[in-house]
Amino acid sequence: MNALFVICGIGVFSLLAEVFNLKKWVTVISFAGLILAVGVLIKDWSTMSYYYHGMLFFDRFAIAFTCLILVISIFWYWMSGDFFKGEAHRTDKSALVFFVIAGAVMMVAFNNMAVLFLGIEILSVSLYVLAGSNKENLFSTEAAFKYFLMGSFATGFLLFGMTLVYGATGSFNIPAIASFITSNSFLPRFLFIGILMMMVGLAFKISAVPFHTWAPDVYEGSPTPITALMSTVVKIGAFAAFVKIFSVCFARFNNTLIPFEQGIMVLTLVVANVTAVYQANVKRMLAYSSVGQVGYLLLAFSSDNVQSSGIIFYYLTAYTVASILAFTVVQIIETNRGSANIVNFNGLLKSNPLMAIAMTVAMLSLAGIPPMAGFFGKYLVLTLSVSKGFVALTVVAVITSLIGVYYYFKPIVAMYQSSGLPISISKSQKALLIILIFLNLLAGLTPDLVRIF
Amino acid sequence: MLTAILILLPLLVSGAIVALKPSMAKFIAFATSFILLVISVIAAFHFDKMVTEAQFAVNWPWITSLGINFSVGMDGISLLLVLLTTILMPGIILSSLRDESKPSTFYSLILLMQSALIGVFTARDGFLFYIFWEVALIPVYFICLVWGGENRGRITLKFFIYTLTGSLLMLVALIYLYYQTPGSHTFDIQSLYNAGHGLGESQQVFVFVALFLAFAIKMPVFPFHTWQPDTYTVAPVQGTMLLSAIMLKMGIYGVIRWLIPVVPAAVILWGPVALALSVIGIVYASCIAIVQKDFKRLIAYSSIAHVGLISAGLFTLSVVGMQGAMIQMLSHGIVVFAMFYIVEIIFERTKTRDLSQLGGIRNVAPLLASVFVVVMLGSVALPLTSGFVGEFLLINSLVQYKLWLGAVAGLTIILGAVYMLRTFQKSMSGETNGVTALLTDLTYHERLVLYPVVILIIVIGIYPGPLLGISEAAVNNLLSLYSDISASVK
Repeated sequence: MNALFVICGIGVFSLLAEVFNLKKWVTVISFAGLILAVGVLIKDWSTMSYYYHGMLFFDRFAIAFTCLILVISIFWYWMSGDFFKGEAHRTDKSALVFFVIAGAVMMVAFNNMAVLFLGIEILSVSLYVLAGSNKENLFSTEAAFKYFLMGSFATGFLLFGMTLVYGATGSFNIPAIASFITSNSFLPRFLFIGILMMMVGLAFKISAVPFHTWAPDVYEGSPTPITALMSTVVKIGAFAAFVKIFSVCFARFNNTLIPFEQGIMVLTLVVANVTAVYQANVKRMLAYSSVGQVGYLLLAFSSDNVQSSGIIFYYLTAYTVASILAFTVVQIIETNRGSANIVNFNGLLKSNPLMAIAMTVAMLSLAGIPPMAGFFGKYLVLTLSVSKGFVALTVVAVITSLIGVYYYFKPIVAMYQSSGLPISISKSQKALLIILIFLNLLAGLTPDLVRIF
Repeated sequence: MLTAILILLPLLVSGAIVALKPSMAKFIAFATSFILLVISVIAAFHFDKMVTEAQFAVNWPWITSLGINFSVGMDGISLLLVLLTTILMPGIILSSLRDESKPSTFYSLILLMQSALIGVFTARDGFLFYIFWEVALIPVYFICLVWGGENRGRITLKFFIYTLTGSLLMLVALIYLYYQTPGSHTFDIQSLYNAGHGLGESQQVFVFVALFLAFAIKMPVFPFHTWQPDTYTVAPVQGTMLLSAIMLKMGIYGVIRWLIPVVPAAVILWGPVALALSVIGIVYASCIAIVQKDFKRLIAYSSIAHVGLISAGLFTLSVVGMQGAMIQMLSHGIVVFAMFYIVEIIFERTKTRDLSQLGGIRNVAPLLASVFVVVMLGSVALPLTSGFVGEFLLINSLVQYKLWLGAVAGLTIILGAVYMLRTFQKSMSGETNGVTALLTDLTYHERLVLYPVVILIIVIGIYPGPLLGISEAAVNNLLSLYSDISASVK
């Protein structure tokens, strides 16, 4: 809980920094604040507490996911130094990013649907602005507008779903709703409609097919650091919210909801992975990949929504670490060579070996090749679904991950052929790449370190 | 403990030499591979031939929550393949002595490959085996991708996805077996064996198909071989050597260790199909080899034929066939290594692999031609060469199994002689032409690589006893499972 205060505090500080002319302190304070917040969380690890009359609930699940969000935010902040370089709106952007993080933390730790809604809105509204923060670029503006339209549409669904659930159960409190549903055998029919509408709203946020259509354009148009933020921090928050709502709140309808979840899952896996094959731009390809990865998470979740939370945590860790790594490289490529087209990856091995190795590690991890962390994540998902008897779905997941190998290897093939002009990177970028490569291997080789609950 | 050193030492050195200068990295890599050779030879001398359990074994906990251990050890079958790996690795590194174009990463990848290969051959834990199996694919993929020939991007990607498909099927089968183990599940090899034996017939068949596909793609057995000729041709010579001499043995080893003892009922039921595919592959690949114009491609197809014979011998489930497979794996590894090296030497000097353009090399490079003769004779299984021992035992086992199958498989020797002698005639004998006139004879380091191979081919051919002795107890132990089953049927 204190971590949330720290995050909001930094956000407010960033806003005030403009007024009191403290701009140069923003970066330092942000870093220090994030590390402080992680420390506070680790201190609270073995506790379990409610705040504000049960509006927020920090248990192991919430603390672990919050920790993941904050650690990834630190790396995100590290990679996107350039994004804050320009004098214009530097503090505003920083403040908005911290509000995104705060929103994500609320989506992880909510215990009341009102807080969930608040979290989603804080996160989304900040993101709409950030997506359009590159004002001179037409695509960035388009991305912001598209994201705003689709996002508010999804919010509408979510809100309508919540009102229906509230109407049926008389409460916004998650445990209260759960106990009302389990104790009453006669429930109004519109409750179920409400639940489905909430699922649609949340599926928009986690960008599962068929509610993913905004993702590729928004990912491609936004400034790369914001794309990285969307595919890591925002994804963790949104998926954790999805897990919490459907495994705690509506646990009783599990058997009824599984076909819906599995339908979304199969669509997500097939459509996203097949479409990704045809992308010529790595940023857009990563957008489809981030949609596709949700499919594996949904496979784990729909196989067993209680046991799977540890697996989902591991998978998200592996996925976000690899994503941040990939986006770091993509960003450097974009600043040096104009765009992230696959052609621009040609000969990267000769231009800058460290970047080529980093991108290779990221792609291998996303494709699920051992000994990278991504492999172990996929392994855990597949074992869970096999053990629950979903063999056909496992086969679909295996086939789509093979398709995945094909497109994840496209940049690899490009990087190791021909040659291009050398690219030089700063010491801090070098350190970031090395640390992320190391983390990726560490999580893959000693998975017990990350499987903390 | 020795086994763990054999795996971890190259892994550590591989990481350490990345930052060094290429010449330094090359030297250290060679020294490391030589030390490993010494260690493995010491292991062979300390090896107790009567014991069937894994020796030099370690079992360290790794991912305890899932019952996964770092458990490695060698029995006779493993030891032979480890020896093959450690014998060929110094040669593979030495073969690039003059090549200044390779950076230190290249040697790092080769050592990584060695670590993974030895890991595959010694793993006593299903999950560990899978990890090594996959990790072995990564260095060789990058070796082929970065330093390969024309069209390498497309061809190596096909190779990668093809083999990965097989691997994933194997992973599914292993996970399935894992969930059949009692209690809190484990990937220990003996528990997986027991779990496999406990399965009903139809489940065993499912596991068999998944595992067989993985191994058949790796070997490769007809009709899963389509990735192989292209990949062999496009890869740099060290990559081709790694792929053909050692990596395809992973598939054969997989059949011996992770297929035949795991699902006996399914092997008895479906083994004949696998055997038939292997025999078809022998004839098919030999026929295609005869019409090849590209020297390297020809060797690639001949490799499919030889591997087909090994795989056919395995599925006769007889001691003779299995022992023949063991010795032929060694022989094929050594022969094909030398063969690809000779092709590379010729290509390096004449810039062509087209057989119709070559000719009369014997006149300008007599040493090269004589080495080629010995290696070729090893390949066509002339008595007193290593190839003969293996092929004799294999065909013997096939004849005992079904006479006509033995006869068809025997074609491999006849057809082998056809394409090999034709190759010799086209490249080595005849008139020296403009392309080959300037060809120089073997240099010092090339002799250093090829002479030991020639000696090995002849020594193993004359006196294979010690090698057969190493694997005998393990093979008998493996097949006792089947004599028990047939006894209970009677």
